[in-house]
Amino acid sequence: MSRVKFLEERCKGCLLCTVACPKEIIRQSDRFNQHGYKVAEVPAEDMDKCTGCTSCALMCPDIAIRVYRTPKSKGAAKND
Amino acid sequence: MSEQEKLVFDRADALVDVPTHYCPGCQHGVAQRLAGELLTEMGLTENTLLVTSIGCSVFLYNYLNVDSVEAPHGRAPAVATGVKRARSDKFVLSYQGDGDLASIGMAEIMHCANRGENVSIIFVNNTVYGMTGGQMAPTTLVGQKTTTSPAGRNASKEGLPIRMSEIIGQLGGTAYSARVAVNNVKNIRKAKKAMKKAFEVQQKELGFGFIEVLATCPTNWRMDALKANERIENELIPYFPLGVHKDVTAEVED
Ligand SMILES: Cc1ncc(C[n+]2csc(CCOP(=O)(O)OP(=O)(O)O)c2C)c(N)n1
Ligand code: SF4
Ligand code: SF4
Ligand code: SF4
Ligand SMILES: [Mg+2]
Repeated sequence: MSRVKFLEERCKGCLLCTVACPKEIIRQSDRFNQHGYKVAEVPAEDMDKCTGCTSCALMCPDIAIRVYRTPKSKGAAKND
Repeated sequence: MSEQEKLVFDRADALVDVPTHYCPGCQHGVAQRLAGELLTEMGLTENTLLVTSIGCSVFLYNYLNVDSVEAPHGRAPAVATGVKRARSDKFVLSYQGDGDLASIGMAEIMHCANRGENVSIIFVNNTVYGMTGGQMAPTTLVGQKTTTSPAGRNASKEGLPIRMSEIIGQLGGTAYSARVAVNNVKNIRKAKKAMKKAFEVQQKELGFGFIEVLATCPTNWRMDALKANERIENELIPYFPLGVHKDVTAEVED
């Protein structure tokens, strides 16, 4: 499973990341940061659709996104 | 963070961890990020001297973790020449806007390239003077409304927009010249590869490295960031085609 983290204080709400995401899971939230920008988010229920492709982070002019990827387990049981 | 989880996108070390002053959606942010990522990946950060220019990128010295000289408006290629000749052991990077480079600084850029100075220049073309409020630049498209061309640029009075990377590609001292865009993920990846080439020709002492980045200025284009980004594809790229205009390394390999 992969996920993204938005650094909300760096986000300027430009929404360029929303059109970069092939899964179309990024949207504008209803939160404003301290600078008055309405920040982007991936709704919790959609995060499992994230593939960790980094498209959103590449498009972001403000380095406001961090992308995490978990390699698929190779058959081994991981729930220990 | 689970144990196997990997951070696959992070800020490069060459980029200072501070917010920038750029407007929302301004692609100066992408251009300078690519520069910073390359400095980190190519191991150049410690050995780089940056020459910054006058325009919205004026505070670049605060954003890249390198020593810098601020050049007077348009004079960055002349300052970069001096820096490189004094310290030829250093990687010398300059970053200029289109008003700075193609208007007041036209003489400096032409002769720096023509002399084949071993420096790399990033040229951010957003078709306006961004910093001073959106006046017409030599790169403003025909018909484009700016504060000094309120009825739109008129080719019969103001001439046609200047295509810098083609012109630079014609000069004898140029080792690499290319135009890129950062309007989608595919173009951003290509832009980084091209910028890397413009850096490598300096490292190999092959001559002048030039990379033109088409970028948005949502504020002075009077558009939101998404519309401005669409304008890159629909209006800028048709007039400013993306591609490599000179690459001496390709000529050697042929
Ligand atoms: C000698 C001199 N003339 C004029 C100015 C005013 N001035 C500052 S920035 C600028 C143009 C910047 O446009 P550009 O290079 O395209 O950079 P951008 O802000 O668009 O990135 C001008 C004319 C100046 N600072 N110094
Ligand atoms: S990493 Fe890829 S899939 Fe995940 S949110 Fe970003 S663009 Fe979408
Ligand atoms: S691209 Fe970056 S700054 Fe713009 S909305 Fe997305 S996270 Fe925020
Ligand atoms: S005025 Fe234009 S170039 Fe300057 S920071 Fe704003 S969007 Fe960027
Ligand atoms: Mg400009």
